[in-house]
Formats: sequence, structure tokens, C-alpha cells
Amino acid sequence: MSDTGGEVQTHTVRLELVDEPGELLRALEPISEAGGNLLSIYHERGNLTPRGHIPVEVDISCAPTRFETIVESLREAGVNVVQAGSERYDEELVVILVGHLVDTDLSDTLKQIESCADASLTDLSLSAPRGRDETSSARLRLKTRSGTNGDALAKLQEIAADKELQVIQPLTEASQ
Amino acid sequence: MSGARLCVLGAGAVGRSVVELAEEYGHTVTAVADSSSAVVDPDGVDAEAVLQRKSDEGVVGEADPDDAVGGAYDVLVEATPTTLGDAEPGFSHVKQGLERDKHVVLANKGPVAERYGELRELEADSEGKIRFEATVGGAIPILSTIEDFGPTHITAARGVLNGTANFILSRMAAEGLDYEHVLAEAQDLGVAEADPTFDVEGIDAALKFVILSNVLADGDQEFTLEDAVVDGITDIPGTALDLAAEDGRTIRLIGESTPEGVSVGPRLVPADGPLSVTGTLNIVQLETTHAGRLNISGRGAGGPETATAVLSDVSRLVD
Repeated sequence: MSDTGGEVQTHTVRLELVDEPGELLRALEPISEAGGNLLSIYHERGNLTPRGHIPVEVDISCAPTRFETIVESLREAGVNVVQAGSERYDEELVVILVGHLVDTDLSDTLKQIESCADASLTDLSLSAPRGRDETSSARLRLKTRSGTNGDALAKLQEIAADKELQVIQPLTEASQ
Repeated sequence: MSGARLCVLGAGAVGRSVVELAEEYGHTVTAVADSSSAVVDPDGVDAEAVLQRKSDEGVVGEADPDDAVGGAYDVLVEATPTTLGDAEPGFSHVKQGLERDKHVVLANKGPVAERYGELRELEADSEGKIRFEATVGGAIPILSTIEDFGPTHITAARGVLNGTANFILSRMAAEGLDYEHVLAEAQDLGVAEADPTFDVEGIDAALKFVILSNVLADGDQEFTLEDAVVDGITDIPGTALDLAAEDGRTIRLIGESTPEGVSVGPRLVPADGPLSVTGTLNIVQLETTHAGRLNISGRGAGGPETATAVLSDVSRLVD
């Protein structure tokens, strides 16, 4: 039985800071206090959010459970956390499609996914080593709106079923 | 610990290991039966002699299997092969034991996955109780952990509960080999059976997650294999694993159980995450209401491993 909170992973937190002296330091303190290992800080000075704040992206390595503590303590310290792990506004969905991708018109498949599943394709990787007669695989990276991954996956399954393609999907919702 | 008298039905890998290890746990085997023969001795059978006879002659003794079920014992151990649908003859064995007010410990998934409601009704009318830790994840204490927390404090269970499928997927990913190659290797190693259908089509994993859902639903709803959405791993090409690996992920046959439903299928998981166990290992994650996530992993199959779960159940029933 494991109670270590899982393997150490890299997590990204997006913060919005008020443009005042000391704000960045104030935001970073709770991270180190909670035992997070700071990997990088991307301070987009000069690039203001619509609310007039400065976006900052922080990469932290720590165990998933510790990450939850960090996000909580940031919020308790009054830091504006706009994205943390699965709470991102722009969610990412990675799936692998398997089947006769080329014969079933891959570009049409992708078009359908973008229009019906309300997702935008950001990356495609196709592997079809045996030519067009055999089964091939494609990895799709999609951006979806926050909280809509489940719906997007359901649509994707429908589209794939029509073309007899198999969808290898990630675990859903809070399960990652 | 007070010893129990055991009647062991089924002389496959699990049944044989129960017979072999019972004494170490302070219990006495008073009857053993396979599908055609039985040995009964109220003072305790000679475990070594029975196992030797099974391996030499294919029978466990001179008696009739019915004599074993009707004999003197405290706990019936149902370790006959898992069957689907009516789950016979396992279901009838359990029924006979409960009707005689005996405790029953199952290693056979069939009755618990396919006829859970009926089992619980029979149990309610009996002085005997049923336990079935061995049906889910071999030696891993999954059901007793759920019992300790209380089913209402567990919102979901997910994970890898088929060592054969996990072995094949992890070998495919590590070696860049195709399904057919790795399956043949798994069969040579004895990791996969000659007919691997149950394992690679996800049926074995689905039965275990159906049992988990039955336990999590705690009587509010009953599930059978028919209610599960099941996909296997036979159509996964090596290229899919390559694409997953390029993205820091891998593919595992993952089951998910909630009080509302059951699904099993190949899923993308982080390559370095807790669910991407390698080889024949199993893992289950339990989502708890107040204590976050529990990861429990270990050996999910094998004679001595599964017998360990059976004998722990026996001890819980008679202590």
C-alpha cells in the first residue's frame, strides 16, 4: 500500500499577479514552503491579461498530493491561480486512433472531430509503417473547453465508430 | 486464532495451494473435491498424499464430490473454474454450503459477478457468511480495504486487474514487438493460457470490476458482465504504443468501477504514473471520500497468492 502521494511529476501552475513590487516573491513563497521544487518561472512582463494582471507560469516538480496542497496554500495566500493541473480553462485531450485511418479519409475524420466534438486539433502524429492496407495509428492532441472532455470523448467515439476506428482514450475526469 | 475445518472444492492451482497452505494458517482440510472425485476425512486429509494423487492420477480420492459438499466442515472453499451466465456449478456449491449454514469463501468469480443478488439473499437466510477477497486481485487486499473504509466511503475503483494483458502491453511497449509475438512469448512463459480469450478480450478484468461495482453499490444496484462496457487489447498495434511513448504515455488495460457502472478497455496513462505497472503486476486505485486516493498493488494471480487471500478470508470468518 502506498501513502507517498504518488510519483514525483512536473506540474504547471498559471498565476495572474498584480503589477506591484514583491508580488512574485509572495506567490513563490507558498510553493517552497509546501515542499515544491521550483523548476522554472516564466514571468510574462509586458504581457497583460484582459484584467490588467501579469501572467506567470510556474513549473513545479512534486508528488500529486503535495501539488494539491501547494495550490490550496497559494489560494489561501490570496494568489490568483488561473490554471492548476486538471482545472485548466483550456483542457488538453490526447487520444490515439487505431484502424484503417488512411482508407477512411483521415482528413475528413479530423474535420468531423473539430466541428462535432467542439475541439481544436493542436498536434497530429501518424504512424502507418506497413502502408495503407494495414492498421495504422494516429495520436491526436486536442484542446477542449474546460469541463467538456467527457462530451468531446463521447462525440469522438461516435465519429470513430462510424468508420470502425478504435479510440484509445485517457482516463476521464478527475482520475488522472 | 481458532482453526476451521475446510471443504475445498476445485483442485486447480488455487484449490491445491489452499490444501497445501491450510495447516500453516491453523486450519484443517476435511474434504477436497475436483469435478469427478473427492476425499473426505473428518480428522483432516493428508494434504501431501492428496496433492500427489491429483498430480499422478488426476483424481483426489475415491469418494464422490457430493460427499465432500455434504460432509463435516465449517467453511466451504469454492475454487472451481469461473463460468459465466448461470455460474454453475460454483453457484450451486455456494448455495448448498449456505443452506447448511456453513460459511463460504469464493475464489471463483462467476457467482459473485453474475448472480450477486441471489448470493446475498441466500446469505441473508443462512447462519453462514460469504467472503470473496480472492476473486479480485489475488493476494491484494482490495475488498477487505473497501470493507474497512465502508463502501459508501469509496467513490470509485480503477486499475489493472489482469496480469496477462498487462504483461503483453508492457512487453509490446518495451520491446517494440507486435501483439502476436508477445502473446506467443507469454504462452511459452506460462503467463498466457493456450486460449487467452478471457484475458486479452478483457472479460477476466471485467468480471473483477463487476464484482467491485457490486460491492461499491452495496445493494443499491446489481451488476453482471452484461452491464460492463468491455474492450480488449487484441487490435492494438505496436505503432499505438510507440505514439503513446513519444508523448510520455503508455497503454494499459484499465478497468473502472463506480456504483453506477463498469468499463474495461485500453487506456492512455502516464508512462511513469502509478497505473503503468509492468509485467504481471496488478494495481487498484480507490478514490475515498475523505482520504484521497489509495494505490494498492501486488500479485493479482497465481496459486499460492490467491490461496493467501482465501485463507485470510477463512480466518476472518472463524476468528
